Amino acid sequence: MGKTIAEKIFDAHRVDNPGEGIFVLNLDRVFCHEITTPIAINDLVSRGMDRVFDPDKIKAVIDHVTPAKDSKTAEQGKIMRDWAKRQGIKDFFDIGQNGVCHALFPEKGFVRPGFTVIMGDSHTCTHGAFGAFAAGVGTTDLEVGILKGVCSFKAPESIKINVTGSLKDGVYAKDVILSIIAKLGVNGATNKVIEFCGPVIESFSMEERMTVCNMAIEAGGTCGICPPDKTTVEYLWDFIKDDFSDKSAALADYSKWNSDADASYAEVIEFDISSLEPVATFGYKPDQVKTIRELEKTPVDQVYIGSCTNGRIGDLREAAKVLKGQKVSDSVRAVLSPATPDIYRQALKEGLIEIFMDAGVCLTNPTCGACLGMSNGVLADGEVCASTTNRNFNGRMGKGGTVHLMSPASAAAAAVSGYITNSILYKG
Amino acid sequence: MSAVKDFKGKVLFLDRSDINTDEIIPAKYLTEITKEALGPNLLEDLSMDSFDPATDIDGKRVIITRSNFGCGSSREHAPWALEVNGINLVIAENFARIFRQNMYNCGMMAVEMSKDEIDALFSEFSSEDTSLTTDMDKNEFTIKSTSGKSKTLSFNISGFDRTLVDHGGWVGYADKNY
Repeated sequence: MGKTIAEKIFDAHRVDNPGEGIFVLNLDRVFCHEITTPIAINDLVSRGMDRVFDPDKIKAVIDHVTPAKDSKTAEQGKIMRDWAKRQGIKDFFDIGQNGVCHALFPEKGFVRPGFTVIMGDSHTCTHGAFGAFAAGVGTTDLEVGILKGVCSFKAPESIKINVTGSLKDGVYAKDVILSIIAKLGVNGATNKVIEFCGPVIESFSMEERMTVCNMAIEAGGTCGICPPDKTTVEYLWDFIKDDFSDKSAALADYSKWNSDADASYAEVIEFDISSLEPVATFGYKPDQVKTIRELEKTPVDQVYIGSCTNGRIGDLREAAKVLKGQKVSDSVRAVLSPATPDIYRQALKEGLIEIFMDAGVCLTNPTCGACLGMSNGVLADGEVCASTTNRNFNGRMGKGGTVHLMSPASAAAAAVSGYITNSILYKG
Repeated sequence: MSAVKDFKGKVLFLDRSDINTDEIIPAKYLTEITKEALGPNLLEDLSMDSFDPATDIDGKRVIITRSNFGCGSSREHAPWALEVNGINLVIAENFARIFRQNMYNCGMMAVEMSKDEIDALFSEFSSEDTSLTTDMDKNEFTIKSTSGKSKTLSFNISGFDRTLVDHGGWVGYADKNY
């Protein structure tokens, strides 16, 4: 019997089998941010276990609330900063270099096909775009990961989603993943790995694959995984060129992680996106999805473009196409957070920042920002936001607020019109 | 190693599916660096008719709810907010993976029961004051209402989950074994 990518990664990392169907895996990466890590650090210190399994495999960033907004967030940052220094964690990204973890760490080349990755953040599944097994965990798993470099998981069953067809203009990776979540339901993939494959995924850039894998957790998935291919090698080449004689050697090596043709799946779903329209969520669950046409003219108070789902340069380019020469509606405030300093710099070079500022968009530094209502961009009671983020839970962006998830182009169109509408109407 | 917990007391019935981690403990409280600070804000944003966290949580030690409890964030603050309120046991049709793992990692229990069993518990017990006791040797719950109704149900707990409960959580176990 053949194996899936996830099963191959489990085989290669297995340390122990402490219960039926439970595997303890060794970890190639433990990522940390300042919201869930300080409490793990404090606990390790209080237990007399202030150690790390390997400072080179731990990467840390301050991203959720940065710069600190109050004494408590300042303290969280300080705990991270002091710990990184004390433990010799060289890849620690503080203010000036910091960005949203799931955008920043791939940009630095920290993930490879076949890796195991954990982080105290549910959207860690983003890194599966590189053919890695990457899963969000709680603080205790993070703590053990930091201390011992291991984590326990159930044996992975996979759901294969074969995405076929061609995308219509104005339809993006975000529309694809929202439609897949609508199909699976918010717990349709619980305890399962979602393997995204097929010609559409193969045609997607690494950025687009990250957008898709980022939201696997919104269907309950442990991880989203894309098979590593030529696009993966091209993206990683600067970081791996010393390890391989040429790109084809890298591709040959990484191909060993691809699922076997006779691998067994819990479910195989064929998903033809040819007739897909731009979509957005309504209500308070990410599987509540309607077409933009059905939601047309729903008024919004705020637009947010950014986050680990859609704050990358390709997202900013699509938003800029809509906003170029336009003005943000008087009835809307628009906020944009480039996900990393490099994305910000690139947007500056390409003139995108000027387009956004001319349109009246408020730009913030790279941060998770409004996505989870912890720092800037919080909604007031009864307010509505068109957002490129990944969660529309009640109260997520502020108590009493409502979030409609959509693509950057659709969010930009909402900024111009003041209501949910099709981005095509504004593209020059 | 944290103390081994007990699993008994008054039951809070939450008649809704897909209760997410933002509802269990809103993100704005994630700036806290102690578990205790989360106590007063448990289920503060729960969207459910006729639920008032200020009065309904008081004194409760067990939650019985529907399906997909704990979906969303990886924040262990969600089980901690339960724990510091003395709630160590949640019974549901099923749980989000990370939340469920966080519960056992803290030596708490997230027990799955069938939809039919959960339906029966809601219809027979949710309208009265109800208490539950756990027999960990027999893998049984006994639920009793103030009017005298009583029911004993068996539950499944995997060997590894049980190990974590018996060790008071994952840190103690992992430190000894890896």
